[in-house]
Amino acid sequence: MQTLSTALIQVLGSVFNLTGPGHYINWGFIQLSVANLIVIILMVIVFFAAILIPFRRHGGDDR
Amino acid sequence: MTIDTDLPSNVAADRPEDADQLTAKLRHAAVAALPPERLMPDRQPAYVASWIYVFGILTMSALAVVILTGIVLSIFGPLWWHVSSTGHFVNSLHLWSVELMFFAMVIHLWGKFFMAAWRGRRRATWITGIVAFVLSVGTAFTGYLSQQNFDSQWISTQAKDGINSTGAGAVFNVLNFGQMLMWHIVLLPLIVGVIVAIHVLMVRLRGVVPPFAPPGEPVTSTEPVTIGAATEGDES
Amino acid sequence: MSAATHTKKVRRFNPDRDVKEWHGKYLPYDLVKEGIIAVVVVSLLTVGLTVLFGSPDDTPVTVKSWSTANPVDFVQTAITELDGSSGTASYGPPYNATAGASPSILGVSPASFFGVHHPIDTANDFVIAPLKTLPSDPKVQAAISEYNAATPQQQAAWTTAYEKAVANATYTNGTLKVPAGDYGPVGTMMASLASMARSGALDGALMSSRQFYGTDYTKPLMLIADGTYLADLGHAQHLSGDQWGMMNETGNYPGQAWLWLYTMWYQVPPFKTSANADLQVWGLMMVLTLLLALVPFIPGLRSIPRWTRLYRLIWRQHYRDLAAGSASSGRSPPTASSVPPASVST
Ligand code: HEM
Repeated sequence: MQTLSTALIQVLGSVFNLTGPGHYINWGFIQLSVANLIVIILMVIVFFAAILIPFRRHGGDDR
Repeated sequence: MTIDTDLPSNVAADRPEDADQLTAKLRHAAVAALPPERLMPDRQPAYVASWIYVFGILTMSALAVVILTGIVLSIFGPLWWHVSSTGHFVNSLHLWSVELMFFAMVIHLWGKFFMAAWRGRRRATWITGIVAFVLSVGTAFTGYLSQQNFDSQWISTQAKDGINSTGAGAVFNVLNFGQMLMWHIVLLPLIVGVIVAIHVLMVRLRGVVPPFAPPGEPVTSTEPVTIGAATEGDES
Repeated sequence: MSAATHTKKVRRFNPDRDVKEWHGKYLPYDLVKEGIIAVVVVSLLTVGLTVLFGSPDDTPVTVKSWSTANPVDFVQTAITELDGSSGTASYGPPYNATAGASPSILGVSPASFFGVHHPIDTANDFVIAPLKTLPSDPKVQAAISEYNAATPQQQAAWTTAYEKAVANATYTNGTLKVPAGDYGPVGTMMASLASMARSGALDGALMSSRQFYGTDYTKPLMLIADGTYLADLGHAQHLSGDQWGMMNETGNYPGQAWLWLYTMWYQVPPFKTSANADLQVWGLMMVLTLLLALVPFIPGLRSIPRWTRLYRLIWRQHYRDLAAGSASSGRSPPTASSVPPASVST
């Protein structure tokens, strides 16, 4: 019981703690946090994946 | 699925003497605009075949999770998540569902833009979408101000200058925690909910926008566009 | 439309505005099932991200923590509140009436138009009134009386002298050491305010001046933001306005990435160096947002989707069907009422 609740608190307290010194990139006048950059890159990837990955239509050719 | 009710079947009798009844008129207008088959269709045009179409629903689902976790935070009050690890967990759920909602919403926006999904009397759908986006930004912003931590202090003291410069600071005081909490948990969610409902009903009303004519075909069809008699509704 | 307005207006078909409604094939599509799956997927993703990363909750700065961590900065800020040279004191509307302080465009200043709505008199609200809540300290009360009774010129002479001296102040062993100077009662007042701040009493005095319950933090936040302590903390976390800070979150968490355009303007000329940047950027963003909302009406902008041809990828199955001649067979949809009656709508 004891270990279970400590384990639970550990999970509740997050596996990777993102608190602490942040990471940033500087491209000319552009400054971005790495976290935001990852989000933006993922957004672009998911957008193109959504367009490119074939979507299976249901019901075949006719009704 | 059937639902049993004892309701007599003649409650919507549509008798001539009821013709000028407001209730009856409203029902007729609503049913005419959005009959059940248009509100909950089980088929879509054959061209609706892309993953890009799921991002509206994904945005809505994320909004549902945002609201649900927000309700849990509300039940326990604004201090809870700072002192309880369960509370902090729920706060994290709330934050990440917001990030997911914006993630899905931006892709949804891009998708609708590149499909020019405003064509054919669908401009109101586009505009309500942008309004939903702007209101969501405002809702997230007031959420950050409601956290009662360093973030809130920083964001409010930074943001006050821009908002004050527009004159809105006279009423909308970002340094007033109580006011911002009210905007975040009452006013803005209510408005976002209403706008999203209108947005989605507009989609059902108009149907999913058809593709552009293929490049080979002449884009300026010989068919003139008729406004008024031939098209239903009053938007032009 | 009533019969009276039955006049037929005809205009040319514009592919970026008009569309031929669909009379082709309809296929089964289960919206409710899609919705349920979407809710499950989003919920799982949310829980996953939460378990992996949690969320930030950096402790707030209080006047107590600020004056404890950096007492000299606190006193240097407090004297500017007393002599009216602080950021808050010279802010203008909505906090006070300082003329010409609010940003304007073409001579129009919306903030000045709306006027003062959250009045802050920094000398009184941040210094004198809190000190008056220490009635058991006759030395302080005497100093306040002396200060209040003096002419504005005398007050200014004292505060200027103090401001000069406090630039070289030190804090050792619990006492503030300000080099000697001709600053009359101001030294006593500032020393008391500093110890009041360090005890935490000033936080309360700034909040509860009006009533028991407090939810409005305008005054303590304005005071804290006048110092350099908060600014330094923010800068260290890349949150400052000149660091694209509006989109950033503390630590390594993603922030409000959707504010990228808003925060970008502050990094480029002419806004970067403009005293009116806040109003200019807000004005610009309002115009751009309006343009985005009105894209369907704006020639050129609304043609971008057709020109970029990304749509050909999105609807590639449809165009393949067309090429194979199977889609636009003119077949009716399953239920007559499920399609708009008009063949072309604008
Ligand atoms: C709270 C945010 C939003 C929610 C919950 C939402 C929800 C939806 C849903 C469920 C659909 C139908 C399914 C689909 O085609 O994806 C839809 C369609 C649409 N949305 Fe949104 N949306 C939001 C924001 C936006 C934004 C920011 C835009 C961009 C302007 C937008 C533009 C559109 C358009 C034009 C359609 C019609 C698509 C068509 O006819 O094919 N929406 N939205």
